Parts: sequence; C-alpha cells; structure tokens
Amino acid sequence: MNIHEYQAKELLDKFGVTNSPGGVASTPEEAEKVARSLSTNNLVVKAQVHAGGRGKGTFTNGFKGGVHLCKTANQVRDIAEQMLGHTLVTHQTGPEGRVVRKVLVSKSVEIDRELYFAILIDRAISAPVIVASTEGGVDIESVAELNPEKIVRMPVNPLYGLLPFQTRKLAKLLGMASGEMRLACKLFANLYKLFMRCDCSMLEVNPLVVTKGGEILALDAKFNFDDSALFRHPEIREFRDIQEEDPREVEASKSNLSYIGLDGNIACLVNGAGLAMATMDIIKHHGGSPANFLDVGGGATEQQVTEAFKILISDKRVKAILVNIFGGIMKCDIIAQGIINAVKAVQLPVPLVVRLEGTNVEAGRKLLTDSKLPLVAATDIADAAQKVVAAAQAA
Amino acid sequence: MAILVDKNTRLLVQGITGKAGGFHARSCMEYGTNVVAGVTPARGGEVFEGKIPVFDTVFEARQQTGCNATMIFVPAEFAADSIMESVDAGIELIICITEGIPVIDMMRVRAGMAGSASRLIGPNCPGIITPGQCKVGIMPGYIHKPGKVGVVSRSGTLTYEAVWQLSSRNHGQSTCIGIGGDPINGTSHLDAVKMFNADPDTEAMIMIGEIGGTAEEEAAAWLAKNCTKPVAAFIAGATAPPGRRMGHAGAIVSGGKGTAADKIAALQAAGIEVAETPADMADSLLRRMARG
Repeated sequence: MNIHEYQAKELLDKFGVTNSPGGVASTPEEAEKVARSLSTNNLVVKAQVHAGGRGKGTFTNGFKGGVHLCKTANQVRDIAEQMLGHTLVTHQTGPEGRVVRKVLVSKSVEIDRELYFAILIDRAISAPVIVASTEGGVDIESVAELNPEKIVRMPVNPLYGLLPFQTRKLAKLLGMASGEMRLACKLFANLYKLFMRCDCSMLEVNPLVVTKGGEILALDAKFNFDDSALFRHPEIREFRDIQEEDPREVEASKSNLSYIGLDGNIACLVNGAGLAMATMDIIKHHGGSPANFLDVGGGATEQQVTEAFKILISDKRVKAILVNIFGGIMKCDIIAQGIINAVKAVQLPVPLVVRLEGTNVEAGRKLLTDSKLPLVAATDIADAAQKVVAAAQAA
Repeated sequence: MAILVDKNTRLLVQGITGKAGGFHARSCMEYGTNVVAGVTPARGGEVFEGKIPVFDTVFEARQQTGCNATMIFVPAEFAADSIMESVDAGIELIICITEGIPVIDMMRVRAGMAGSASRLIGPNCPGIITPGQCKVGIMPGYIHKPGKVGVVSRSGTLTYEAVWQLSSRNHGQSTCIGIGGDPINGTSHLDAVKMFNADPDTEAMIMIGEIGGTAEEEAAAWLAKNCTKPVAAFIAGATAPPGRRMGHAGAIVSGGKGTAADKIAALQAAGIEVAETPADMADSLLRRMARG
C-alpha cells in the first residue's frame, strides 16, 4: 500500500523524524493559510499524487511542473489554483496522468548537501538492511550503476534492532562531522523505529539533507507497507487513497479476489498465484496479451467466479477470457456448474475458453459440453492458451 | 527413503478445531498419514474424529503423544507464535500452511530459530507429501504416485500441474515439497535440492520458481557444482509487471531484481533444463533424463 507525501510527513512527525515544516491543503485558500502560518519567504508547493517525477511533470491544462518554489503566500495560492483539480502527467503516472486533489505547502530549505537513506527487507538474510549513500537527490539506481562504492549496506539484527554504535558508524560513513553526529544518529534511530513499528516493506528518504544552518532533515520520504500486516495498523489503513488505485483492483479486493490489471486483451481467471502467473506467461508465449492477473484462491465458488467475470468484462479492452482451474480439493464438476451459472448471470459478451483439470474432471467437462453455452473447452494448458489467443484475434 | 516425511511421521495439527484445520486433518488421515494429536488453546480434552486427542499446548501434545511433526492452520495474526511454540517444544518438522503472516514476524521467527534443530517449511505453503506414505498439507493426494522424481516449488496449484504431468507419464514422485510463496520462509529451494541430492530414492528433480528474490539462482549455483542428477525447472512470472505483488507476498520484482529472465539465465548456465511453458514441465525433465 502506498501513501501520499503529506501522510508520510504525518508519520515522520509522529516518530520524531525531523522534516521540513508544512501542511496539506485541498483548496487555494487553505494553501495560502498554511503558507502564512509558516512565516517565511521560502516556500515550496508540491502536488500530492502517488507517483514520482512530479517536478518535471506537466498538467493537462498546460501548467508546467508539479513542484514550485514560491516567495509569498499569494503566489502559493495562485500556484495551488493551477494544480488543484487538474491532471498531472509524469513519467510514472502513465499518459492519462493523475488528478491532484491536495498540495503540500512546506518551508523550502537551504541545502548544504543531499544524502540518501533507505531501509529495505533483505530476503537473502531475512533481516532489515539500511542502504545509504552520500549521493542523495538523484536516482539511487544510477548511483548503483556508476558509483557502487558510494553505497553503504548495513544489515540490522531484527531481534536487537538498530544499535547505537551502528548509527554512529553510519553517520561517519556518510561523511558527518563530529558535531553533526548526534542529530544524524537520532534521525536514523527514529526512522528504523518507524520502519519496524509500522511494518514497512520499504522506506526511502531521498534526499536526506544537511542544511546550511546545520539541521539534518528528511526532505522527502516514500513508504511502502507490508500488506500482510495492515490488519494491525488501522491508522495506516486510514491513509489509503482509493482514487489513486486502479478501479478494477479496488472492486476485486471487495470480493477477496487477488487481481492486478495489465493492458492486454485476454482476461484470465485462475486458482493459485503461481498457476495464474504461469497462465499469463503461456498466453504471451502463444502470441496473446494478458489483460490481468487474477487468483481466485482455494475457493473458486460460483459467487466469486460471477464477481470475477463482472470485473473482467468491465474492462472494455477484453476480447476473450480464459478460465484455468486445477481442482484439487475443489471438484471440477462443482466448478463447472459455477462457471455455467456465472456465464448465464453475467451474459458474457466475449468468447470464453475453459480448461479444467483435477478431481472429477470428466464430469466437469461433460457439464460444460452439455450446457450448450458458447464456451470452448480445452484439454491442457497449451491447448487452452492457443484457443484463447485465436479467439481474441478473431474478435 | 524420500525426505522429511514418511510412514514414521507422527503428526500434530495446530488449529485442528478450526474449519480448515479440521478438514485437512481429516484429508491427511484418509490418505494414511498418522495424525496423533491436535492443539487448540482452551479446547484441550476434546477428541477429534472420535480418536485424536486435542491439547491446549504443543508441549503437552509432545509429552503425551511423541508427535514429531506439526501442520499449522492458525490465523496469520497468531501463526508466528504457533511456530515458535512448536520450536520450543522440540517438534522436528514444522509445516506452516497459513498465508498472510507479516514479514517482520517471519524475520523474527527465523532469527529466533537460529541454532534450533527444528526445520520449518513455509509459511504460505501447500505442505509436503511422500506419495503412498504420508501427506502433510492441502494437496490432492490422488494426483501423486510413488516414484523417483523430487519436486520443490513455491506454488501450490502450479505444482499440482507438474505432478499431474509426471504421474500421467508414469513418472512418480519421491517427495513433493511446497516451500511457499512468502519472501521469508523456513526452507529454500537450495535446502530442498540438497536433501534430494542426498536421497537415494530421488533420481531426478523438478524445481518450480517464480519472480522475486534470488532463491532459484542460489540453488542453481549449488546444483552446478554438486549435483549429477537431472534437473528441470520452470519459472513463473515472466510477464509480470515490475514492482507489483503477484498474489504471493514474495512474488515481486523489486528495484529491477528478481526477474524471471535472470532466474532462467542462472538455471540454464547451471545446465538445468528450463521449461518454456508450464505445459512442458514434465517433458523438460524427461528430455533431460534421456540425455543422461
């Protein structure tokens, strides 16, 4: 789950991680009010969307840039007016862009140097790892390519946590002077505490700045949270912004379907994540383009299949559907009946290829044939993929 | 011989009084697994299916029945604690079926298990089966046949596909291990192939992987140096978009790492036959076996 920058700021404030003073606004008047409260001539207005590259982005109304420096509260109001309610397109939003509903108005800072600080989970060692660099303010992937020696990796023992000596070592490796260490160490310790207490999967501060005045603060922070842990974080679930998500995925999550929208034209419905990925792969292998990933899980009840069909056909690009189910505990004849009933309920506008395998498969296949519904039965996965690709091409 | 589970396995089921726990305990019993105990806190004293004693705690179950393996069907919120309870009780083999355990909980479980003699399989896995002898998990028993092919996989139904293909071609399985779809788990591909390599009953292997992490690459590197048995593999997720969690918590390409392409390259470099499609998994192994 992603969150907005202004929500990240709330978390940083809560955990005592020094960052730039500011406030969120939903109207130009609110933006002006926040600007006045900051009592400074050095302001920055930032569009709030779940995507990077805002500074270089363009609004569809012609206004350029999702990040603007301002000198007065009036300017802030004017800039906010150009942003709020308008669509920002960046290299990460896709060509359709995102509607900006809020802006963050902050005090801009005089930067002395920019650092990079992130915490990730390192699967290979089953531990959190701090990834840090003196090369902040740029894309860390390019640093990794061009100057890998400038990246520090420091694993943390998940049972002990981040020890004070580790924060001091990190400060030194990042070039902090003796007088800067105390503030830096406090920042690192609090960021680690935030990461663990909030069940993050990723935390990235880029840039972490040292200002000309000697302050050390997190100028921009991105978080990602472990979806499996959200059940124990109601305050983080509150941050969810459904308008930033794919509407098909929002609908699917309501029915407990694991769904990811892609941009092809062959929809899939499968039981099991590995089999679902493999189904997408074999469609592509036979020249087709998957429209989605969909795992109905161990159940594949008639109700879920019906809901799934509705979501799949709500995507107007879909030209054919492939259902690939391996019935283990679930019997194929039960699944077949569920599919037949779902097809009748939903009135499918596109060809349907069904491949069933497993328990009671003969009974299941017979039900499908006898139903006289316009669905195509396939025997194995390769047969199914070939048939659905042909059906999509013929449409 | 097979690996890890056989007719000597004495199985505990944690969460036996729940819907899923009860259903699958019954299914394992029908397959022939020796289920000897159940644990659900506060339900101690009950009897499951008229013969299996239910205990409040794992340590009591161990004391009274000598169970040496456990199958965990405990909700995600409490599952890590259940794993540690079995570690504490000295249960040698712990199979955690539960999906959705927070990653940080699993990090702590792994750190807490360091030095323990217990082996954890999973979480978020279908379990393990030695066909004809013992089933500890949710897989459909009937698709398996006793034989000589070891199967290790991160996925459930994709494994059943491979097993179905093998059984249909009259190649049975020594043991099938589902290691699960989570990013942090108890048994890796590498752990499994080491065991298969040392098992006299296993003559060939199929490894099924997916995007995310580097487990398949680590196994491939080891196999290249240490294994002469034929190995085939399939990697799911070549068409998955980067940065998205594809159902399984561990199936995600992060920061450009963990791609299917990288895994396939590593496997091929190690001399492992990689199936181009999921329809080709068993046939890939047969081709590799034919080459000798």
